[in-house]
Amino acid sequence: MKKTLFTCLLLISVATSIAQDYFPTNSGLKQENNNYTAFTNATLYISPNKVIKKGTLLIQNGKVVESGKSVVIPDNTIVIDLNGNYIYPSFIDPYSSFGIPKTKKVKWENGPQYESKREGFYWNDHVMPENRAIDRFEYDRKKADELRKAGFGVINTHIMDGIARGTGILVTLNDRLNNSERIINDSSGQYFSFKKSEASRQSYPSSHMGAIALLKQMHYDAKWYADGHAKNKDLSLEALNTNKSLPSFIESGDKRKNINADDISDLFDLNYTIIGAGDEYEAIESIKATQSKYIIPINFPEAYDVSDPYAIKYLTIAEMRDWNQAPTNLRVLSKNNIEFALTTFKLKKISEFDKNLKKAIKYGFDKTKALEALTVIPAAMLGQSDKVGTLKKGRYANFLIMSGELFDEETILYENWVQGTKNSINSLNKKDIRGTYTLTTDEKKFDISIAGNINKLKATVKVDTLIYDSKLSYEDDWVTISITDKETKDVFNSTALIEKNHSNFSGILILPDGTQTNFTALKKEEKKEEKKGKQKEEKNSDVEIVPLTYPNVGYGYLERPQKQTILFKNATVWTNEEVGILTKTDVLVKNGKIEKIGKNLASGNLLTIDATGKHLTSGIIDEHSHIAATSINEGGQNSSAEVTIEDVLDPEDINIYRNLAGGVTAIQILHGSANPIGGRSAIIKPRWGADAKGLLYKDAPKFIKFALGENVKQSNWQSYSRFPQTRMGVEQLYVNYFTRAKEYEVKKLSGKPYRYDLEMEVLVEILNKERFISCHSYVQSEINMLMKVAERFNFRINTFTHILEGYKVADKMREHGVGGSTFSDWWAYKYEVKDAIPYNASIMAAAGVTVAINSDDAEMSRRLNQEAAKSIKYGGISEEEAWKMVTLNPAKLLHLDDKVGSIKVGKDADLVLWSDHPLSVYAIAEKTLIEGAVYFDIEKDKLQRAAIKEEKNKLVKLMRDDKDKGVKKKIPVKKQKKQFTCESL
Amino acid sequence: MKAYNLIKEIMKTLKNIRTILIMSFGFIVYSQQTPAPLQKEVLTISGATAHIGNGEIIQNSIITFENGKIVAVADATTSKIPLRGTIIDASEKHVYPGFIAPNTTLGLVEIDAVRPSRDLDELGQFIPNIRSLIAYNAESRVVESLRPNGVLIAQTTPRGGIISGTSSIVQLDAWNWEDAAIKVDDGIHLNWPESYVQGRWWLGESSAEKPNKKYQEELESITSFIVNSKTYGKSTPETINESYKAMQGLFRGEQKMFIHANGEKEMIDAVSILKNNGIDNLVLVGAYEAYKITDYLKQHHVPVLIQRVHTTPEGDDDDYDLPYKLAKLLVEEGVLVALQSSGQMSRMNTRNLPFYAGQVVGQGMDKEKALQLITENPAKILGIDNSYGTLEVGKSATLFISEGDALDMMSNQLIKAFIDGREISLETHQTELWKRYTNKYSNK
Repeated sequence: MKKTLFTCLLLISVATSIAQDYFPTNSGLKQENNNYTAFTNATLYISPNKVIKKGTLLIQNGKVVESGKSVVIPDNTIVIDLNGNYIYPSFIDPYSSFGIPKTKKVKWENGPQYESKREGFYWNDHVMPENRAIDRFEYDRKKADELRKAGFGVINTHIMDGIARGTGILVTLNDRLNNSERIINDSSGQYFSFKKSEASRQSYPSSHMGAIALLKQMHYDAKWYADGHAKNKDLSLEALNTNKSLPSFIESGDKRKNINADDISDLFDLNYTIIGAGDEYEAIESIKATQSKYIIPINFPEAYDVSDPYAIKYLTIAEMRDWNQAPTNLRVLSKNNIEFALTTFKLKKISEFDKNLKKAIKYGFDKTKALEALTVIPAAMLGQSDKVGTLKKGRYANFLIMSGELFDEETILYENWVQGTKNSINSLNKKDIRGTYTLTTDEKKFDISIAGNINKLKATVKVDTLIYDSKLSYEDDWVTISITDKETKDVFNSTALIEKNHSNFSGILILPDGTQTNFTALKKEEKKEEKKGKQKEEKNSDVEIVPLTYPNVGYGYLERPQKQTILFKNATVWTNEEVGILTKTDVLVKNGKIEKIGKNLASGNLLTIDATGKHLTSGIIDEHSHIAATSINEGGQNSSAEVTIEDVLDPEDINIYRNLAGGVTAIQILHGSANPIGGRSAIIKPRWGADAKGLLYKDAPKFIKFALGENVKQSNWQSYSRFPQTRMGVEQLYVNYFTRAKEYEVKKLSGKPYRYDLEMEVLVEILNKERFISCHSYVQSEINMLMKVAERFNFRINTFTHILEGYKVADKMREHGVGGSTFSDWWAYKYEVKDAIPYNASIMAAAGVTVAINSDDAEMSRRLNQEAAKSIKYGGISEEEAWKMVTLNPAKLLHLDDKVGSIKVGKDADLVLWSDHPLSVYAIAEKTLIEGAVYFDIEKDKLQRAAIKEEKNKLVKLMRDDKDKGVKKKIPVKKQKKQFTCESL
Repeated sequence: MKAYNLIKEIMKTLKNIRTILIMSFGFIVYSQQTPAPLQKEVLTISGATAHIGNGEIIQNSIITFENGKIVAVADATTSKIPLRGTIIDASEKHVYPGFIAPNTTLGLVEIDAVRPSRDLDELGQFIPNIRSLIAYNAESRVVESLRPNGVLIAQTTPRGGIISGTSSIVQLDAWNWEDAAIKVDDGIHLNWPESYVQGRWWLGESSAEKPNKKYQEELESITSFIVNSKTYGKSTPETINESYKAMQGLFRGEQKMFIHANGEKEMIDAVSILKNNGIDNLVLVGAYEAYKITDYLKQHHVPVLIQRVHTTPEGDDDDYDLPYKLAKLLVEEGVLVALQSSGQMSRMNTRNLPFYAGQVVGQGMDKEKALQLITENPAKILGIDNSYGTLEVGKSATLFISEGDALDMMSNQLIKAFIDGREISLETHQTELWKRYTNKYSNK
């Protein structure tokens, strides 16, 4: 005892004199303590992969002097014999906002704020690379204590607010020192995210794609500024340039945003470390392809409370799987050799860290990898491997003393040393008294079993099989047990001092009648080996993980559909070519293409589909859709040509599958209509199961959305501060942008320095006819206007979409050479569609305009065949022409008609087999093929439905069982799925 | 394409449509169609395939109507009845009873985004005394646009609050709301609270739906209102309470209560609470999960106005075609069902009502049975089946002739339509614009 106390006192004085050697002292005498401390007989992890049995760790002045097997111990050394206990380097959390006060949320005000409110900084208030965590840092003792209990010794922190967040600091969790000694690095890195600042109301960026574009433009501007071309002072860009060489970190938000982050990183050679989201296992191929380093949170989803049968329906299978599969994330990342560090980021409580990490290990994550992810890897990410992360010579004396192997259930963390300062978590000297004992008095024989957490021991007392009430306390080596006989209310009180070298304990016992005797509780021998075996068995049988699908949601496929050689026999074939509709015709599909069309083609061993009585058509092409994207509008500015839907594709959107079930095989995902110049489109094929990039139509022509009318004027909601507010202003905005784009190009081509402008680059593409405009339009005046503007700048508008008054200017449209992609019969929802008529398509077509019928709606897109049929009803279009309005004509408008849109040898095998005449309301798509792969099959769909039911039942059962283990449950909630239209903000 | 070819192309296109008679007059009326005068002469439609609306079909039919009523329906191949009055030869064509659209907001809004044109949702939670009929705009351009598709009757319904108000049934060819009414104040509409509600995202909560903590409280407020209304009706009160007064038809069994609810739990709660409090004439509206409780609905004789066929499934894991087949699932179990069109852009979409029925056929339902979903069944549910909904002797001559199958957009092409025997115009603001601009190009 005395010795320990003495050590403690000594250590305190050591701690206060690590540095500050030139600081005067007035509170006492100035003196130094240069004694050493040696920890001997330890299982010493110098690094995760270097273990020394019976090793020695020698420290002095907060640093490691020597570590290893045979360490020379100087005379002035305090030796602590660890008796076989374990030493590990303590953990490093590379991502937090530790010690940084929360950013105050800006006050709500009516109406959007478009301009920046700062002066001398970047034009966007969400970009604050000039912020320095060191300026706001206040060491947080309470949080530090929690972190040390979880095994951390060092934490990296920054101002977690905004898109560019400035520099962070790396600090030790040393309560006894002050910041001058705690801070390892006051500029540990630069921090970025896709999230706007809480402190600003500036509208831009209003979407994720806007945030991506903003980060890119910021980096371009930084270069422009660094080269000395800017005429203004910009403290933000200056800071960004100054800190360029620091490690960069970007917080993504989800698995797909990881890819966005990596794209930016690659574009500017930034070598971002990406803070992931825990769902990487669902997209592991694309995550691996980034070749980036990651920091991964471990806030696993809680189980849902499945006790209310009415509530279960609100849970999707995807959400239920999250709970089941997310704990495999670390294992999957590590199996794929992705380098990552762990963090407490996203955890509700720091104490969950240990629990969740152990869960991940139970789900197959390797323990050594876990230790690496907590020590050497974060140290390297922060460029501080020479200071922290290992217990090699010269490193900080940041280490953990543990009773056994790290991450074992039974292991106790005794001490967490930071910079040579001891922090006792559980008394090293405190004996682990857990076990089973026998206490015999004259009358009774008590079987006492002590178990539980080392700090919260529980005793169970039995006499024979009868359980007695008992209370146990264990403090300062004294153990007190009070036993009550439930029947007689007799109380036995005992107290005993625990001796270090004995497994039994003896003390005094006060019997119910008040007599005091001595007692000895004898510890029963334990069969340790057997117990371990049992534990392992539990590990394997305990975890049932349901398989992942492509995509990992309901109706996902266990394997991605593959190209097949298929022969359709005896179909009515709608070719969309001059030969028209062929009856009793065979179509052979091979290598993703249409190989042969004819009668009685030899079937041989081919997969043959009897299509007798059925209709085979080319797939439906939707010129205007907003499915499969996580954001649609970047309405933060009146032009957003710099953003692209390609950045925000959502391959898990169930509407992809539903579109396939409606025979759709190509889709233009358009930006919304929040601004006159919108964002760039993504043209996709709905390959259910592909990742975001896999959805993209290969080498598709470039498109951009423009918009006219009430939406861009912001007529139907409270916003009066953004130009334009009238159709007159809309014209001038276009003229202004295109004029500037022209000037931009002249400057660019002149060879003189120019500021690279993402937005202008896109507009120049339009001027150069390399990018096509699909323009949201309603009334004739504005339609006419935009054609005239385009003509003035010597290009043409490619497509007017919606184009509900196209019939009023069909002749002018034909002359200009623009196509029309319209709704079949929508109208009367806004003032500008009061004259919209369902005859629009037929009048435009008769006037020689290429006409498509589009959806702009996740519901309508799955039955566009019926919408096409309406042009037969309204205006008497022929059946073949009507059919082309949802196939060949949109292909033409998208400049894809050389590959899709008709059934012709050599074209893509994007085909639909219909149960009936494809324009009939009665027709059902039975099979939908994309490039020869069957992406929807009505028979397979039936199996999928059954499989979903079965898996749901299984997951409900697993969750219910989980309850028995006393895990906290979440009440099911129903997520609001966003169904976008043009107007979704 | 040269101008000449262009004109030829247009003319060719137009020839396909036999209904166009007055193209060459270039006759443009820029307002609501003039309501047709009363039927004066006896009319007989001969040779058409008659879709009776009750599941039956007569391939070669004779239908005679006089003074607005059907006086004969016969099969020409088996019975020899004289062809009276003016004969309309409709061989190879189809005759249908006028389609009935329940739960619409027709005539209450003209253009969604234009606030002055909206008369849909009054302030207040329990306002059964609010009556849609008096705001019904008989001259709405949206209303007339339904007729060329065969929709000739509709229920016009207020929205909002818990009890939104009282609906009425109108026919779609009238000078004013009084002329339009065919059943005044037919039902009261109750929006049942939801046991799961969206989080208050504007306060920073998640927008996800979570258990509604006030659900029980809300149910109690409904019960309380009903109990008070009922109690009020038992005496002759000294002071009039218009809200309570407006509820009395429900207790007397003269009106129906339309419960707008979708969840299994909500529907069961609603039916049991209302029945327990003396309201027996119930209709469920929306009723997405009704297919899960068909036995319960049958036991309590509750018919359903099922949610719009053309919608996306509620849950990601639902069958992709669940909304398409909801009606079929209920019919198969013996529940009385009709289709309706409420939802996004509901008024303009009401003209697609026949195609909703067609979509159900695509799910494997018999065509005539599917037709019942928009004819006989809604007539029964709305309580107008003594006059409307089928082609039967004694009923109103509210019917139309179509070139082809009216449930399929390819062939739904109306030639003539009658409401109470009056031959109504099939022109609309839209057909007029069509002709005007087709003329513009053909005269160029």
